[in-house]
Formats: sequence, structure tokens, C-alpha cells
Amino acid sequence: MNKIENQKAWFFVLPVLLLVAFNAIVPLMTVVNYSVQETFGDNTFFWAGVMWFEDVLHSERFHAALGRQMLFTFSILAIEIPLGVAIALTMPRKGFWVPVCLVLMALPLLIPYNVVGAMWNIFALPDIGLLGRSLNALGFDYNFTRQPGDAWFTLILMDVWHWTSLVVLLAYAGLVSIPDAYYQAAKIDGAKPFAIFRYIQLPKMKRVLTIAVLLRFMDSFMIYTEPFVLTGGGPGNSTTLLSIDLVKIALGQFDLGPAAAMSLIYFLIILLMSWVFYTVMMRNEAQ
Amino acid sequence: MTLELINVSKRVGADQHIYPTDLKLEPGGINILLGTTLSGKTTLMQMMAGLDPLTTGSLRFNGQDVTRTPVQKRNVSMVYQQFINYPNFSVFENIASPLRVAGIGEDEIKRRVGEMAELMKLTPMLDRRPSELSGGQQQRTAMARALVKDADLVLLDEPLANLDFKLREELRDELPRLFADRNCVVVYATTEPVEALLFGGHTATLHEGRVTQFGPTGEVYRKPRDLVSAEVFSEPPINHADVMKAGDQIRLSDGTSWTASGIAAGLGDGAYKLGLRPHHVTPKPSGQQSVEVQGEVLVTELSGSESVIHFKLGGKTWVSQSHGIHPVEVGAREVLYADVSEAFYFDASGTRITG
Repeated sequence: MNKIENQKAWFFVLPVLLLVAFNAIVPLMTVVNYSVQETFGDNTFFWAGVMWFEDVLHSERFHAALGRQMLFTFSILAIEIPLGVAIALTMPRKGFWVPVCLVLMALPLLIPYNVVGAMWNIFALPDIGLLGRSLNALGFDYNFTRQPGDAWFTLILMDVWHWTSLVVLLAYAGLVSIPDAYYQAAKIDGAKPFAIFRYIQLPKMKRVLTIAVLLRFMDSFMIYTEPFVLTGGGPGNSTTLLSIDLVKIALGQFDLGPAAAMSLIYFLIILLMSWVFYTVMMRNEAQ
Repeated sequence: MTLELINVSKRVGADQHIYPTDLKLEPGGINILLGTTLSGKTTLMQMMAGLDPLTTGSLRFNGQDVTRTPVQKRNVSMVYQQFINYPNFSVFENIASPLRVAGIGEDEIKRRVGEMAELMKLTPMLDRRPSELSGGQQQRTAMARALVKDADLVLLDEPLANLDFKLREELRDELPRLFADRNCVVVYATTEPVEALLFGGHTATLHEGRVTQFGPTGEVYRKPRDLVSAEVFSEPPINHADVMKAGDQIRLSDGTSWTASGIAAGLGDGAYKLGLRPHHVTPKPSGQQSVEVQGEVLVTELSGSESVIHFKLGGKTWVSQSHGIHPVEVGAREVLYADVSEAFYFDASGTRITG
């Protein structure tokens, strides 16, 4: 077989290459550059090797932030995925209410992140917020700006409110793509509702749920704006997630080297965990 | 064992999906529902199964009214156009699933699934998941699941439609054999007249929610009750033309005429509709009464052993189907021969005149 040589085709790839270079590769390389250097100001830099990486990996502060990040991400995944599936299962499949439900579900997704943070901040204020005031009126000693437990509760509730819809929409898309014939076949077999869920709906939703878990994992692991507006990382450091800590180091303390090293470690953690999630969830598929 | 539909109809809102229908389906031989897409085959089947409630009428199985019996108590099985299997069960578990629901013992399950897999040529694939099978194997798994439980009523809703040509041929040959010695009512929906002819049994032609004719397949094919039934049961589509009978002559709108014989001889003067199957229109004279017809060739399809010529005749498109290769030029005026002794004549209402 003769392969036709046409090197001109590469020119078509060039614009994309330039775009990716400017918005991803160049900034990333800048970060890599900072992460291996030390500066004492005056725009002079010294080679620092892997010093910053060692520092970050041994830092108690990083461990604590990573721990909080993990706790946050796994909490919201544990709530949002089952809740999203449950809501999707109760949504109507056809008729007048379908668009109504879909729009209602999509609404939280349309609100800008900082607005969500501000909304929940006001909503949860113990003296004037509807939620905070109501909880206190019911006899709970609730104050998310003072008590770490309350801050976490509010943070997780906010994320569940904001993002469960995404899981609902994905799961719903998976559900409606199951042909009616499956349900009929199950009916003929006399399958109970739980069996239908376990052996038809869940396996058929698996692909979209994998996507949902991945998206929610990545997004929640990188979350910044909402907790920043809601609690600012407080009280104390109790809700200082990785991204908030990173910004404190990079822009608050202007420690470029450690911040760059932390960014890269942060990025690698997300990459690695996404890969693990995907591989584990897809391996079952292949079996 | 018989399934009787008595005055069964289905209406959804203002749409009449199935007009009142009476059918009596018997075991031994496949009962075919033949009709185009949206003619109501699936709806009718789902009503037979009890998956879709009836608007009017009743269903009797062995003389017993089962209209309100829920589907899981009816001992029905169904195979769909899509390959429906439990996605995360192995082939073995898929075939075994109806037996497990029925609470049958493990040894018995093994034996019956083994037998069924052997019959369906699935034995080497028993440990695989449906997603690892070819389309034909997936559909065979679905069929095995439908057959393993000895259902009283087996419904097959275009089971071969999504398969490629080779596999379809293969399963087509296997199907009648699978049901040959089973005491169950088999209903098979298809859009293809060829399948109905291959399977024999009984055929019901469906058109826009009405069963236009029901009877032994050969009879429905040879003696269509009306124009609609003849159209449903003809591939390529049956040729039709408006004809005038005057004296002993029958005349087409383009002036072609011939001397009436057979049934046509007994017709009174007036307008009729004529129907003639494409294989009675050939490039060379054939049959008992060949009449020359002329028309402009619109399309030709030449396969290895068959020629199909579409041509214009009296404002209508006619089709000629013949063995062998008969190359003709598109756009040319060709002379073809219609064997009018094989023609059907219909009155103004479309009913076939039987003389």
C-alpha cells in the first residue's frame, strides 16, 4: 500500500497548537520554572532543585489542607451521587412536567460561583439569614462563622445544593436512553422494582455515572470561589481547602517557589486520582 | 392452546391505534403480523402480552378470560427488535433469569440452560457478557431466554430487523425449526413479506391499525381480500392501475387494451382497479395472457440473478421483476409484457372481485 505523503496537513494543526501553547503549555511551564527556583526579590532567581517539592510534601500545613480537601470531596461525592440518582429516578420520563423539572434542575447550575457563595453566606447568617436564624430558632446552636462543624455543614450543604443537579441531569440522560423494551422484558420476567434498578437501570447508567463521578471529583477537588466567599477558609483554618491554601501562599505570602511546587503536586494528585477512578470504573465494564 | 382476541381495540387520546380486531391464534406454525412501520404490530403484540391495557374488548387464553391478568402471571415471553439482555449478567445467567424468577432448582436450571444454549449455538459463549457478543449472538441469547421457560405465548417483535443480512438469513432458517415441536402460540411481527412467505403458518396483514386479512399465509398471498392487503403483502410493491371494462375489452388509461378472460370476463362494464404483482410483468412474454405494455424506464436494479425495472405506465410507476439480467436504459421507452391472467381486480371500495 502506498501512503500518500502530505506534510502540508500539519499547517491545519498549527492554530490549535498555538492556542494550547498559550493557554496551557506556556503557563504550566512558567509554574514548572518557578517551582525549581528560589528568589530573594529584584527579579533574580537561583536554582533550588526539588527543595520546594520536598518542603511541600513534608509540610504539616499541606497535609492538613489535603486531608480537608479529601474529606470535602468524598463527602460531597457520597451525598451527591446517590442523591442525584435518586432524584433522577423520580423524575417523569414523558409529558408536561419533563421540561419543567429539567429547567428547575438546571437552575442552580446557571448561577455564578461567587453568587452561590454570597447567597449561602447571607442565607446562613445566624442573625439575619433564613437558614441560620431558623436553625437557631429551632434550638440549634448554629453559627458557621464561629464553629468549624457548622462551617463544614454549610459548605457541604451549599455544594450539594449547587451541584447535585449535574448528577441528576446526567443520570436522567442515562435513564431515558434505556429503551422501553428493557422495562417490558423485566415486567414479563416479573422483576421487582429493586431488581429493575439493580440489573437494568444501574448498569445502563454506569457510563454516565462514571462521567458524573469524574466531573464532580475534579470540580470539587479544585473548588475555590464558593468556600472562599462563604467562609474564607475559616473559622481558623478549618475549611481551608487546598486551593484556598494555595492562593494564601502564592498571593498572600508571595512565596512563588513553594506555591508553584504545590500547584504541580496538586495538579498531579488530580490527574492521578482521575485516572484511578476512571480505570477502576471502566475495568468492571471490560469484565 | 389458543389465544383469542375479541373486539380488541386501542385508543390513546384522540388517536385510534388499533381498530376493533378479532383474531384467533393457534399453536403449530407461526402467526405472522405483517405490516409497515407504525401499522400497529407492536401495539397489538403488547396488548396480547398484557403489557398494554386494552381500550375495548377481551383476551381469552384457552377459553379463559385473561384480559386483566398481569403479564408476569400469563407465562408470556417476548423478543424485541433491540437485543434486550441483562447487561451485567453472563449469557448463562441471562438465559437462566426467567427460571430463577420461577424458583426452579439449580440442577434443573443447569440442564435446561445447557440444552437451550446447545440449540441456540451459544454453548461456547455461556460465560461472556452480552456486550462481548455479536449482534446475532445477543439476539440468540434473548431468544434463548424467551424459549427456556416454556411460555404459552411467545411474541417476536421484528427480532431479525437489526441484524445484518447474513445473520438474518441464518436465523430465519432456524426459527421455524425452534418452534416446530412446541405447544405454544407463536406470534411474529415483521415488515417483510418474504419472511411471512418463508415461515408459512398464518398471516395477518395490518394497515394503519386494522387487520385487513387473516388466514393461512399462502392463501392471504394468493387471494388478497382487498387492495390494501395485497399492497401490504407484496415486495416490490404491487402494481396498480385504473382500468375500464367495456364489452369484452379492458383498457388501461394509456390506451393499452386486451380481451377480458377469467374473472375479468364476468365483470360488468365500468371502472375497476387492477393489481398485478411485479413478477408477472416481464421483459419477455410469459404466462397465459401476455399483454404488451410500454413505458419510460425510471430506475433499474440489476442484482446477480434478478432484474427489477421501474417504469412509467399511465401516470403510475410500475415495477417489473424477472429472473436473469435484462439490461435496459434509463429514460428509454421499453416494451414489457404483463401477464394479465394473474391480475387481481378490485371494485371502487378496494375489495377484490372473486367472480
